[in-house]
Amino acid sequence: MIEIVDAGPLNTIQDLGRPGYRDIGVTASGAMDPLALKIANLLVGNDQGAAGIEVQTFPFRLRFRETTVFAVTGGANAKIEGVVLPPWWMQTGDAGQVLELLPSPVAARAYIAFAGGVDVPIVMGSRSTSLRGAFGGIDGRFLQKGDSLLLGESLATALPADGLGVVPPAIALAEFFPVAPDSTLLIRALPAGEYDLFGADGERFWSQSWKISSQSDRTGYRLSGEPVRPTESVEMRSYGIVPGVVQVPPGGEPIVQMSDANTAGGYPKIAGVLDADLWRLGQARIGSRLRFVRSSHAEARTLDKAVAAYVDDVRNTSQMVGRALKTMAGPQRVVREGKHQ
Amino acid sequence: MAQRRQAQISTIGARAFLLQAPGDFDLPAQRRIWALAHALRQWDDLGEVVPGMTNLLAIFKTTPEDPDVVTTRLRDAWERAESIDIKGKTIEISVHYGGEHAIDLAALCDRSGLTDREAVRLHHEGTYTVFALGSAPGFGYLHGLDPRIHMPRKTVPSLKMVKGCVTIGGMQTGVAVLTGPNGWNSIGFADLQMFDPTAAVPAIMAPGDTVRFLPERIEL
Repeated sequence: MIEIVDAGPLNTIQDLGRPGYRDIGVTASGAMDPLALKIANLLVGNDQGAAGIEVQTFPFRLRFRETTVFAVTGGANAKIEGVVLPPWWMQTGDAGQVLELLPSPVAARAYIAFAGGVDVPIVMGSRSTSLRGAFGGIDGRFLQKGDSLLLGESLATALPADGLGVVPPAIALAEFFPVAPDSTLLIRALPAGEYDLFGADGERFWSQSWKISSQSDRTGYRLSGEPVRPTESVEMRSYGIVPGVVQVPPGGEPIVQMSDANTAGGYPKIAGVLDADLWRLGQARIGSRLRFVRSSHAEARTLDKAVAAYVDDVRNTSQMVGRALKTMAGPQRVVREGKHQ
Repeated sequence: MAQRRQAQISTIGARAFLLQAPGDFDLPAQRRIWALAHALRQWDDLGEVVPGMTNLLAIFKTTPEDPDVVTTRLRDAWERAESIDIKGKTIEISVHYGGEHAIDLAALCDRSGLTDREAVRLHHEGTYTVFALGSAPGFGYLHGLDPRIHMPRKTVPSLKMVKGCVTIGGMQTGVAVLTGPNGWNSIGFADLQMFDPTAAVPAIMAPGDTVRFLPERIEL
C-alpha cells in the first residue's frame, strides 16, 4: 500500500486508456505520455498497460507502507528520502520512505509505476481516471493528500537491488525525433478533412510557430498565434474524433485534442498529429512553442516501428536482467514474490 | 441520370479514416451509416468504429500499410451498405423551456424571427431520431430539428453550460450530459440521468431511438 502525502490538483491514476466506447461518447483517457507509462511498467516487471500515477502538478509526495518496487519516468526530478534518483529509473522503496517528485524544466508530466500496478476497480475495461466523466481511478477524481492506494500482486521477478534505468526515448530515438535549433517542438501531422478550406492560411499553419496557451489540459491544448481561418464558414455535421486532431474554432486559433479528448466534434479540422508524436505533445509545457511539420503516411509507419522497437528492447532487456539475477542468486533470492494474475 | 456522388474519405493522423456520406442530412443516409458500422465491426484490423452524423470514423489498431488500400476498402463497404432500419425505443424527456438555463433563446428568436413561444413550440412538437452518440458519455445527437430553428454553434462557447441544458447546434439538437464548455445554444432544461458507467448498458440512448420532448413548463 502507498499513501499520498502531498498532492496538488490534477494528478490522476492512469493506464493506457479506455478505448472501445467512443461510440457511446466515452473518452479513452489514459496517460498523456503513454510511452513513459509503458517503460515505467516494464521496468518494474508489470504488463506495459498496468495502472500508475500521472503527476502533472508538483510537488508530489507519497510514502511507501511496505517494501515496494517502483519506477519514475517522464519529466520529473525525483528524490527518495532526499536522495536524487537518476531519470527513468527503477528501484525499491522501503516501508516508511517518502518519494518526492519536483517539476522538470523540460517536460510536463511524470509517471510512477509500482510492481503489481495500482489496484483500483476496472470500469469499462480500464483503471484510468476520467475526470470529465467522473468515474475510473478513485471515484473519477484526482489524487488527494491522505489517499491510500492498494497495489496488485506483482509477478515473481528478480530486480537489481541498486536499481536499473533506461535511456529515455528522446535520447534513444533522437534520430527519429529531431529537435529544432531554437528548441521549438516539432510535431508531425497530416492534413485532415477541411485542410483545403483554409487556402493560404493552410500553408501558414505549418510555417508559423504556435504557443501552448494556459487554457490547455488533458482534454486539449489551445494554441496561440496568428489565426488561421477557412475561406468560407461551414456548419459541420458532428463527426468522431481522436486525440491528435487539430480543430479550428471560429476564432482561428487551433485546438489539439489530447488524452481526455471529446469523442465527437463539429469544428473544421486542419490536421491530425501522428500517433508517434503524441507522447511528445503530452510532455509539452504550457507557454512553450511548437511547429507542425507536414508528414506522410510512410513516415508514420517508420516512426511507429521505431517506437515499438524501443519498447520491445526495454522489455527484453529488463527480462534478461531479471533472469540473469535469478540465475546468479538462485531461486530463493527473489525481491518480491506474488501470485501470477 | 444524375451521377451518384461518392462518399468523401479523409484521415485524422495516419490511423483514423473518416467517411462522409454524400447528399442530404437525412434518415436514409444515416441508415446506411448504421449498416456500414455493422459491417465494419466485423473487420479484425479495426479498433473502433464511431458512427457520427451521416459520417463514420474508422480507427485502425495499427497504422495501415497503405492508406489507398484502406480508402478503397471503405468505399467498397459503403457502396455495399444497405439501409438498416433500427427499431429503437421511444424516450420521452420532460423539458422546462425558458427560464434561467435558456441563455440562448433570445438569440434564437433574433436569428429566426420567431417569437420565443413559436420557437419553443417548434422544438417540442418535433419527433427526433438518435443518429449517433458522442462528445460526452451518453450524449445523443438528435436529428429532426425544424429548419426554422436551426442555429449555428456559438463563436465563443459558454464556459460552464449546465448538465441538462436542452440545446441546438446547427441542425442538431440534444441534452447536455456534462457541465462544461459548450458551443451549442441552450433553450431549456431537462433533469434526466443519461449515463451510468457501472450499468450493463451505460448509455440510455442508442442509435435509432426516438426522442420526444414534453413541455413540462414554459417560462418566457
